[in-house]
Amino acid sequence: MPAGGCLFVIVGTDDKPIYQAEFPEARSQRREDTLHLNQLTVIHAALDMVDELVWGTQAMYLKQVDRFNDFYVSAFVTASHARFMLLHDARNEDGVKQFFTDAYEAYVRLLMNPFFDSGAKVPASFDQRIRLLGKKHF
Amino acid sequence: MLKLRRPPCFSQLCAAQRVVSQSAFAFLFSEMIQYSQTRVNTADELIAKLEDAGVGVGRRALELACWRERSSKRETRALWKSLFGAHADSLQKVQDSDDEFMIVEKEPLVNAFISSAPVNCAAFVAGGRTPSPPESGRLGRRLAAAQFPAEVSAHDNEEGATVLLIKFAPEVLEREKRQA
Repeated sequence: MPAGGCLFVIVGTDDKPIYQAEFPEARSQRREDTLHLNQLTVIHAALDMVDELVWGTQAMYLKQVDRFNDFYVSAFVTASHARFMLLHDARNEDGVKQFFTDAYEAYVRLLMNPFFDSGAKVPASFDQRIRLLGKKHF
Repeated sequence: MLKLRRPPCFSQLCAAQRVVSQSAFAFLFSEMIQYSQTRVNTADELIAKLEDAGVGVGRRALELACWRERSSKRETRALWKSLFGAHADSLQKVQDSDDEFMIVEKEPLVNAFISSAPVNCAAFVAGGRTPSPPESGRLGRRLAAAQFPAEVSAHDNEEGATVLLIKFAPEVLEREKRQA
């Protein structure tokens, strides 16, 4: 993840990761690998914070739930408890909130597809849409 | 030249609350029951089949109802009304039991045109007698989806009303106690 970039992960209702994306897209793949794993670990750790926070509020957007060194983790929980996690290194609350709201719409549309099962592969159109949103907001 | 267009439902479905005519729903529902009926041997299997059919509907309906509210709140109260157009007739707590609740419907929408049946076809709405992850049924699924694992089953009571009996899993009660 380059400076100013973000890592976005969706964890489904049954605690399975459904989707993952990075903005802007990583160019040098090799060096990123180890870094990438670390970042995923940060997000996984933040899931515990989400589980604690989620019963204290009715809001879907949980704001910043965790931080690790220079990274912030923001979270968003949908009605059926799918969790959107975003790892970012710049403070940008409005952008993040807007991104989550737009991503939620994309997710609802994805879910409305009767052929989409939560264990199934996420179609390319959803991936494109999320990347477009990432470009727009970050 | 004939141009193929994307079906409107997918792009517009999310936009506004739509109402489906009851006859259209009843027609599809009866076809579904007939289809299931030819593939089962016992009433229990039919119930299970109907519950299975309700699984996917529950989670989708919950997300859609919440999204349409546009309040970015995890509000699950509006769902029953958005599904059936009216609130349930009553919600009761089962006496001498902390974890059981009943939703009573005198004339459930799904049973409107079903005269007599060996099973209560509201099983489609109810469902899930197993509290394990493959919960089934619309309500079972919905509760599970909203992180309230519970067993839900449909029954007839003596006055002919349909009762959805909900039994919450013990961890839900524990969590509620912690919150309070």
